[in-house]
Amino acid sequence: MEELANLFHGFAVALQPFNIMVMILGIVLGVIIGVLPGLGGANGVAILLPLTFSMPPTSAIIMLSCIYWGALFGGAITSILFNIPGEPWSVATTFDGYPMAQQGKAGEALTAAFTSSFVGALFAVVMITLVAPLVASFALQFGPAEKFAVYFLAFCSFVGLSKEPPFKTIAAMMIGFALAAVGLDSITGQLRLTFGITELLNGFDFLIAVIGLFGIGEILLTMEEGLSFRGGNAKINLRVVLHTWKEMPAYWLTSLRSCLIGCWMGITPAGATPASFMSYGIAKRLSKRGKKFGHGEIEGVVAPETAAHAAGTAALLPMLSLGVPGSPTAAVLLGGLLIWGLQPGPMLFVEQKEFVWGLIASMYLGNLAGLLVVLTCVPVFAAILRIPFSIIAPLILVLCAIGAYSVHSSTFDVVLMLVFGVLGYLFKKCGYPLAPLVLAIVLGDKAEEAFRQSLLGSQGSLAVFFSNGLVGTIMALGLIALFWSVIQEGYNRLRTVTA
Amino acid sequence: MKRFVRVAFAAGLTLAVGAIPAVAGWEPVRPVEFIVPAGTGGGADQMARTIQGIVTKHNLMKQPLVVINKSGGAGGEGFLDVKASAGNPHKIIITLSNLFTTPLATGIPFSWKDLTPVAMLALDEFVLWVNADKPYATAKDYIEAVKQAGGTLKMGGTGSKQEDQIITVAMEKATGAKFTYIPYKGGGEVAVQLVGNHVDSTVNNPIEAVAQWRGGKVRPLCVFDAKPMGYDEPITEGKAWKDIPTCKSQGLDIEYLMLRGIFMAPRAAKDQVEYYVELFKKVRETPDWQEFMKTGAFNTTFMTGADYAKWVETEEKRHETLMKEAGFLASN
Repeated sequence: MEELANLFHGFAVALQPFNIMVMILGIVLGVIIGVLPGLGGANGVAILLPLTFSMPPTSAIIMLSCIYWGALFGGAITSILFNIPGEPWSVATTFDGYPMAQQGKAGEALTAAFTSSFVGALFAVVMITLVAPLVASFALQFGPAEKFAVYFLAFCSFVGLSKEPPFKTIAAMMIGFALAAVGLDSITGQLRLTFGITELLNGFDFLIAVIGLFGIGEILLTMEEGLSFRGGNAKINLRVVLHTWKEMPAYWLTSLRSCLIGCWMGITPAGATPASFMSYGIAKRLSKRGKKFGHGEIEGVVAPETAAHAAGTAALLPMLSLGVPGSPTAAVLLGGLLIWGLQPGPMLFVEQKEFVWGLIASMYLGNLAGLLVVLTCVPVFAAILRIPFSIIAPLILVLCAIGAYSVHSSTFDVVLMLVFGVLGYLFKKCGYPLAPLVLAIVLGDKAEEAFRQSLLGSQGSLAVFFSNGLVGTIMALGLIALFWSVIQEGYNRLRTVTA
Repeated sequence: MKRFVRVAFAAGLTLAVGAIPAVAGWEPVRPVEFIVPAGTGGGADQMARTIQGIVTKHNLMKQPLVVINKSGGAGGEGFLDVKASAGNPHKIIITLSNLFTTPLATGIPFSWKDLTPVAMLALDEFVLWVNADKPYATAKDYIEAVKQAGGTLKMGGTGSKQEDQIITVAMEKATGAKFTYIPYKGGGEVAVQLVGNHVDSTVNNPIEAVAQWRGGKVRPLCVFDAKPMGYDEPITEGKAWKDIPTCKSQGLDIEYLMLRGIFMAPRAAKDQVEYYVELFKKVRETPDWQEFMKTGAFNTTFMTGADYAKWVETEEKRHETLMKEAGFLASN
């Protein structure tokens, strides 16, 4: 019970007036950062990092982690309102969030997204509080083979559990893998598929692809449909929030499942993006309302948001206890810790109790403050939808262009974004799903790297993927997910035969 | 009228003189971009952000210093960016060994001679690490075990055909032992892979592995420098950086230090270079910098001007030879 006493001491630290002030300031800055596409949490934290050097380390980390929470909350706003995910893990939120906004239910979608984010984060913090030391040792078991298995599971659950024709899903995914292969091959250190174009050294950045595929693609589609933007009649007030809250407990099973997926993916350094995709895919297959997913189902917002936040929060644990950042934002925070003279690693929990528990306490309070801030702003955000499309579309275009430019300060990226926009439009017109393409761009190179690292280590033997219980189980789950519909059909046939 | 003109002229002169700072010389007039040709959280990034913090905290510059990561193509993105900014004094870059290795391995159109050398800030050490649960007490024991295993023991390192792999190949050449080299994205990840026993050894920089050493998870065997590191403050179980023997004393005659230096864009004027040299001299004098040097057990050699350029040139030749021997040069 020493942990509990430490935690209460942490609350006392976090509740000092100065710390509460930096907390709210951080949340507001974070939401703004999250809303602007391209300017993600990592960039935001990096830009604001020097601001905190004059503060005591505990206040500084509270402010920076609150920027992180704010950005996580804010990423959902543009996903739902404009179909432009601000962060990789908000992509899955667009699948049902955007249709809801189009049906005039933007308020419900935003409320559901914020509330589930809070639930996911809370679940993960409770877990961090209770099992911190245990979890750290679990993360150590993850070598390249285990990491590949997790990515494999994410890809398989997407192919096997999706309602789209599997071959269209696979085709989209393969295009994504090809795009992910461009740039420096990290295993051989050689450039691939750049054809001497120096702008392609970096490969295709995920953010630029997403801003183009979703944001620009959506504008092109809307233009074709005659410049009408449905959802202008959204009525938003406190009643919508309360009404949505009344509905949410019905999805407790999805929430709980998403929390578990999120925590697990956050600790195994796979991260929030596969967590949100996997959670969405599994909810779609297992939910009673799964058939309606993609047409504005509130459960389709709850699942990815809960998982993404649980994972985003849980990812801080390996950073603190092992010094391995689970996300780019965590990497910047890690740099901050070093500047304040704190060495993340196994000794941090022993030597810097006040700092660690102050941070954990601020996770509880920061998320609560974040929820209050964004919920009170729901009417403001939703009111944006009432602006006529002819005014909002150029604004979105400008925002997209700024976002794409700010990723690497390169005008080439803006052109690239437009190309991706056309690609996104064509995909939608031909009925190919965009999600597997995006998933493959984000995780493709990581999966490839883990796969080749594993094979280097095993001298080329594929048996490494079944060499211990952990990796074998994850791979088996992946295979089951991949052939799920075949298995289910076989089972049904077997039943009709015996009946 | 004549009198008025004279007064106005005098006033103008006073204003103009007032605008020029007392110490003649160039000063930045807009925010300075500080390019890091590596990802966030790595060694170069940590150093750049520490410098940014010191500059802000001690008010060493009138204009802000903005850190920007351009890590694409093993840092090629950052180098090409600075190369393309000829004559722009508001852009500086911090370099690591990829200043030599990236152009050599990938064939991108870049050489350090495209840039203007400013100053060497420090040299980063490399240490041979093994998992603390393994029985190897000295570098000799470990090399013997690597020979016995016949190429199955794994060396984890940062990047491919970069400094970690160059050291690995140099070790193979010096001893005849064979490693399986596995490249990872960053030094922190490599350190954790060692703790989790997914690789058998690493050549991490001190700052990348110090947390795990303090936690008693990894053991340093030797340092790839001519003399032991100078820091005698105990880190763990009474052992300090100073107590790590040199690899040479262990029969492993390899020295490798990594440049942490500053360059400017091509065609920088002399007073502009001078400004940054003075700035970094001031940074080096702050207690924050000295603390940072101690945490990372850096070799604090400082060089500027012709000495620095000469050092870089020698080092480039050495990398070319090392990489040629290892077969790492780009095919074209």
